Amino acid sequence: MSDIAVKDMQVPQVSGTAKAPDALDQRLAALDLPKGAFAAARTDALARLRAMGLPGPRDEYWRYTDPRPFNAPEPAAIARIEGPDSPLFASRDKLTLVFVDGVFDPTASDDPTLDGIEITTLANPSGAEWAEGLFGTLEAAGQTPVRRPFAALNTAAARDGLLIRVTGKPAKPVHVLHRRAFDKADAIWHHLIRLEEGAELTLLETGSVGARSNAVIEADLAPGAKLHHIAAKRANDAKVGVSHLFARVAAGAVLKSFALAVNGTAMRQESFIDLIGDDAVAHVAAAVLGDGEEGPFHHDDTVFITHGALRGESRQVFKKVLKNGATGVFQGKILVKPGAQKTDGYQISQALLLDEASQFLAKPELEIYADDVKCSHGSTTGAIDEDALFYLRSRGVPRDRAIVFLVLSFLADALEEVEDEGLRDEINERLDAWLTGRGRA
Amino acid sequence: MLKINNLHVKLEDEDKQILKGLTLEVPAGQVHAIMGPNGSGKSTLSYVLSGRDGYEVTEGEATLDGKSLLDMEPEERAAAGLFLAFQYPVEIPGVGNMTFLRTAVNAQRKARGEAELSSGEFLKAVRAKAAELQISPEMLKRPVNVGFSGGEKKRNEILQMAMLEPRMCIMDETDSGLDVDAMRLVADGVNALRDAGRSFLVITHYQRLLNHIQPDVVHIMADGCIVRSGGPELALEVEQNGYGDLLAEAG
Ligand SMILES: Nc1ncnc2c1ncn2[C@@H]1O[C@H](COP(=O)(O)OP(=O)(O)OP(=O)(O)O)[C@@H](O)[C@H]1O
Ligand SMILES: [Mg+2]
Repeated sequence: MSDIAVKDMQVPQVSGTAKAPDALDQRLAALDLPKGAFAAARTDALARLRAMGLPGPRDEYWRYTDPRPFNAPEPAAIARIEGPDSPLFASRDKLTLVFVDGVFDPTASDDPTLDGIEITTLANPSGAEWAEGLFGTLEAAGQTPVRRPFAALNTAAARDGLLIRVTGKPAKPVHVLHRRAFDKADAIWHHLIRLEEGAELTLLETGSVGARSNAVIEADLAPGAKLHHIAAKRANDAKVGVSHLFARVAAGAVLKSFALAVNGTAMRQESFIDLIGDDAVAHVAAAVLGDGEEGPFHHDDTVFITHGALRGESRQVFKKVLKNGATGVFQGKILVKPGAQKTDGYQISQALLLDEASQFLAKPELEIYADDVKCSHGSTTGAIDEDALFYLRSRGVPRDRAIVFLVLSFLADALEEVEDEGLRDEINERLDAWLTGRGRA
Repeated sequence: MLKINNLHVKLEDEDKQILKGLTLEVPAGQVHAIMGPNGSGKSTLSYVLSGRDGYEVTEGEATLDGKSLLDMEPEERAAAGLFLAFQYPVEIPGVGNMTFLRTAVNAQRKARGEAELSSGEFLKAVRAKAAELQISPEMLKRPVNVGFSGGEKKRNEILQMAMLEPRMCIMDETDSGLDVDAMRLVADGVNALRDAGRSFLVITHYQRLLNHIQPDVVHIMADGCIVRSGGPELALEVEQNGYGDLLAEAG
């Protein structure tokens, strides 16, 4: 693609959050705060949230994304999507766990027994003693240096979620399938995943979430563990949503997280990743398709990766295709702590604008306190490559189809981050189907 | 088959005239070659015929089988039977060669009201043609032209041509960058396609290609016009003496 402009805005970080206490009181009043398990962690989270307040209009970290849809006490209702579940990963052997409006539905789910993994739920955590003392701690650690109030709200208010402890290498992926029931559902769920030494897990997420969603994943990877996370939410859904991934990656452990997002009125996905052990690896990537035709589209990826040990490797690959006035945002930071020598940090964020009404706002940042490191970041905004378009059309490929090819071509680097070739091909196939109007992604 | 009459073309955004009254006719079943100095407008001619943006036709016309090409979209020209083997084939990462080629073949068939090829039929045909051009199955699997050497890209153009079976083939310096053996492969590929209903317009700088692909007519192009036409001997003359004398005569 041709680079027609580079929007690379270096904006100084301001830590002060403009508090909106009344808004917070109203927001909390509309929630039914759970009691029972993890009471201490939840009380702490509520105190954190009260101390920081909800983001206001002057909050630097929310400069490009309007927090009001997330601050509002109640979500706007949206119509349900009828029809069968997304066909994505349908052919895979997997352990499917169904969530309806963010609440686990055991009758619709597979039996969660599988060698090498223990699965319980937040609403019913019997036997998950390991989770005591861990639940909420990664989120709490992720509140510095930048505040993430919706994550604290989630820890305080999440009604359900999975508590997953992986001790071995389960034979199949765990698949979280989201479904919707209520048209004004304010779905708040929180998964806690602990991978013991050398354990491995593939976690797939698909489906439709509520009218508004707030998701947290806390992932704690012991040395040598491996977590492969692929979230592919359904098209034309999840109108308003915020999600946080908090990961702590120990020595030699590998985290790979890929998200596919198709449409959404106001979406913010935050990743906060701490590489605490030597030779730890973290890759986060996303492919986003935004079309503002049927309503506003706004998608924000905000990433903060901290290198705190030797020879860490991190990659951020974010690609957004925007049209009809859609807005894409990327805020990405690599922080290399003193002593984190031989760090290899890479960050790329790119937008393909299919028209002039769409925009991409990027704020890449590096903060490095070690001298022997390799870090790079780049951000580009471009249009369809006319030479490539003509080449395809000259072979008889109709213009619309040729543009689909070039969109897939643009997204290819992000999809490369899906390690499993079979899963990658399935995602590509769904993208293709969605782009050519043959179905929902 | 292809008729170009008094074609004048300028750049859309610049006041620069490139083709200045070009007239040329390629009858069905014939091979015509165009030779001419760098910058004389050969690639521009091939782009204008195949419908690339950025040019403005200020005068004249171009028809394929009597139908005006200049009003058609590039994909319509392709479906009508026109093909351009690019001087510089474009790399398209993330799009598989096979997916692209099958989409192109079937889009053209659909546009012409013909039945689409099944994946089985397509695979069989493409494997056979690739083997003839010594394009490995591994190359077929790669993204379009990505990581191909210059010569491999040119062979890939001929593979596309063989699969699309156009009736009017324009080849823009397909021989540049080819080693001796590859040139023979390409020439064999072209010769295998030659028949009474198919025509070729071969743009080249070297007479050598024309030893393998015998042209019926050779045209010399200079400064946006055809300045001389003749038999294959004209190419030999260029090879030996350069363009100087020919252009002086014409001028
Ligand atoms: N898009 C463009 N912008 C500016 N100048 C152009 C453009 N396209 C063509 N030209 C100019 O028009 C003239 C003809 O170019 P063209 O590529 O058609 O020549 P050619 O005969 O194919 O040359 P070669 O033998 O080197 O391939 C050249 O002077 C070239 O610089
Ligand atoms: Mg040329």
